[in-house]
Amino acid sequence: MPIQYYIYFCLALFSIGIIGVLTRRNAIIVFMCIELMLNAVNLLLVAFSKMHYGAALAANPNTTAGIDGQLFVFFIMVVAAAEVSVGLAIIVMMYRNTHSVDINFLNRLKN
Amino acid sequence: MNKIVFLVPLFPLLGFLINGLGRKSLSKSAIGIIGSGVILLSFLTSCYLFSIVASAGEGQLQTVVTLFNFISVDAFTIPFAFQVDQLSVLFLLIITGIGFLIHLYSSAYMKEEETQHFGRYFAYLNLFVFSMLLLVMGANYVIMFIGWEGVGLCSYLLIGYWFKNNDFNYAAKKAFIMNRIGDLGFLLAVFWLLFKLGTVNYGDVFSQVASLSTFDIAAITTLLFIGAMGKSAQIPLYTWLPDAMAGPTPVSALIHAATMVTAGIYMIARSNILFTMAPTTQTLIAIIGLATAIFAATIALKQNDIKKVLAYSTVSQLGYMFLGLGVGSYTGAVFHVMTHAFFKALLFLGAGSVIHAMHHEQDIRKMGNLKKYMPITHITFLLACLAIAGIPPFSGFFSKDEILAAAFTKNPLYYYIGVGGALMTAFYMFRLYALTFLGKFRGTHDQEHHLHESPSAMTIPLIVLAVLSVFGGFIGIPEVFAENKNWLEHFLSPIFAESTKLVTTEHLSHSQEYMMMGIVTVLIAVVIFIAVSKFKKYAGEQEEVETGVGKLLENKWYIDELYNSIVVNPINAFAGFCKNFIEKSGIDGAVNGVGKLVSYSSRQLRLIQSGQVASYLLIMILSIVVFFIIWFNDITIMKFLNKLF
Repeated sequence: MPIQYYIYFCLALFSIGIIGVLTRRNAIIVFMCIELMLNAVNLLLVAFSKMHYGAALAANPNTTAGIDGQLFVFFIMVVAAAEVSVGLAIIVMMYRNTHSVDINFLNRLKN
Repeated sequence: MNKIVFLVPLFPLLGFLINGLGRKSLSKSAIGIIGSGVILLSFLTSCYLFSIVASAGEGQLQTVVTLFNFISVDAFTIPFAFQVDQLSVLFLLIITGIGFLIHLYSSAYMKEEETQHFGRYFAYLNLFVFSMLLLVMGANYVIMFIGWEGVGLCSYLLIGYWFKNNDFNYAAKKAFIMNRIGDLGFLLAVFWLLFKLGTVNYGDVFSQVASLSTFDIAAITTLLFIGAMGKSAQIPLYTWLPDAMAGPTPVSALIHAATMVTAGIYMIARSNILFTMAPTTQTLIAIIGLATAIFAATIALKQNDIKKVLAYSTVSQLGYMFLGLGVGSYTGAVFHVMTHAFFKALLFLGAGSVIHAMHHEQDIRKMGNLKKYMPITHITFLLACLAIAGIPPFSGFFSKDEILAAAFTKNPLYYYIGVGGALMTAFYMFRLYALTFLGKFRGTHDQEHHLHESPSAMTIPLIVLAVLSVFGGFIGIPEVFAENKNWLEHFLSPIFAESTKLVTTEHLSHSQEYMMMGIVTVLIAVVIFIAVSKFKKYAGEQEEVETGVGKLLENKWYIDELYNSIVVNPINAFAGFCKNFIEKSGIDGAVNGVGKLVSYSSRQLRLIQSGQVASYLLIMILSIVVFFIIWFNDITIMKFLNKLF
């Protein structure tokens, strides 16, 4: 499958994530959109990793090209997991205080 | 001689430093002793210098003593040099001698001041004497200018000595500004000399004067004369002098009678060769001098403040001196400077003594019959009045006669007007005398009770000055009385030698001169008699309202009002315009505008900080996009996109 397809798909996923973050007010959905962006990037990393590996394999059967891309994916997944736990905790606390998960309600720090 | 010349100005400078710095720690008597002592030392040094100069034969005297180079740029140097010749030693004696008497007098007169102000007063007085000595001793126009400015400054400080009174501060400012106008003329003249001759040393300038064009000489002398107008209070810059009476009375005696105001006369006498070569300027000087003499005398006729009368009389006498300079009688002018210094210092100190006794009452309408209470002041004051009125053989007679005789040979009209002024002088002086010392006492009982003769520190200077006023004239006896007995003329002849060569003076016949003297003396005596008999009876009850000319004179011809309306008010209006319009909307507008711009733009920028996370993110994303576009140029991006799609 050509690499372009992956790129289009990831671009679409990332854009959906951005638009979701920018437009939605529900904290949980915003959170999900952030995850969506992270995963779009993850997917892209894996795709590029595979592409480089495939290209390098022809020249050298023992190549490790593109392996670092996959390593990063694991890092991102770990970080994302930690972020989710902290983020969800924040949302729970926020709900307890405001009885809502509307992020626009939390603008009191602006002044 | 070279070794001690610098001591003359050094002593007062030391006195200034000690009194100025130690005014809070020294006691009053210490301040008085130091302040007067340094002047006495200076006077003794001057006497020594005088004896050297007087005994030196023709051409033996080395007059210029160079201490160091004051300014040295490329080929152009201005040495810090002193000139000690006949003219300057004469002035040194006047300044330090009378200065010492006035310092002595002040130590008693100012006794009631606080110690610290007493010290300040003596420090200023010493600084003043120092500046005046620099002015007189400088061997070039630049050193003279230092002294010239110095006396201006000290006169400002001393007039405004009682700085808590705002009127006095205004008087001080007036004196300073009026002087500054004149100083500008002086400064321009010095620059002109530098530009044309490349030197300001008297010797060099006077020897090269023939190389100047007529126009240059006329312009330089006119500018110098403008300087003299300011310093010596001539029309139109005279109004500061009467107002300068705001200072303590001894200051008036020292600065505004005996020394500072003679600076202009000294300067012109010093540059006599320049002025002799500029006949137009001489005519101008004669006319202005004569006009001032008459004008001030008319004002003095109607003044009621004892110091104001004396102040206008000073202006008037200065006018005579300028008349003398203008008609080429330099010796006469210097002679009159000297005799005037004696009797005017005496008059002011006498007035100070009266004011002291009257508890700072200066209105002569409220005095009277003081001769009973203050015999010494009375006698000395009377002698001074006789001297200034020009009664022979008092000193004023000889000096005034010399000037008037010279004026007659130049133009008889000068003489007649001058005599008119002399008659007015006699009238207002004896009006003052009669109102103050004769008649009956018109003050309050309290004042009468406290009337007393002044302490000896005040009366001794009066007596010394009275002796000088009486006999001072004998150093310049005119030809007509005794052939070749005019010591002063002989003494000063080396200074004015070049000028005398240039002008041929015609001498009056002796019989004519006797007749003129006789008539004038009789007229003056008549005027004195009229004045005394008229004002002896003055009771002061009727408050007569002056009308017509009298009112005009009482209000000093409204000259102050005239200056206010043509100079002061327009400048004030302009300043107001600058303040309210240019400053407020222009400069303040720009400064505040910057502030307002920052404040306004920050208020607008603050709206971006909405607290909406989404909007922050939007900005972030847009920024990233922009950043990408800038970071990778559009060609790279286009290539990437082409590859992608």
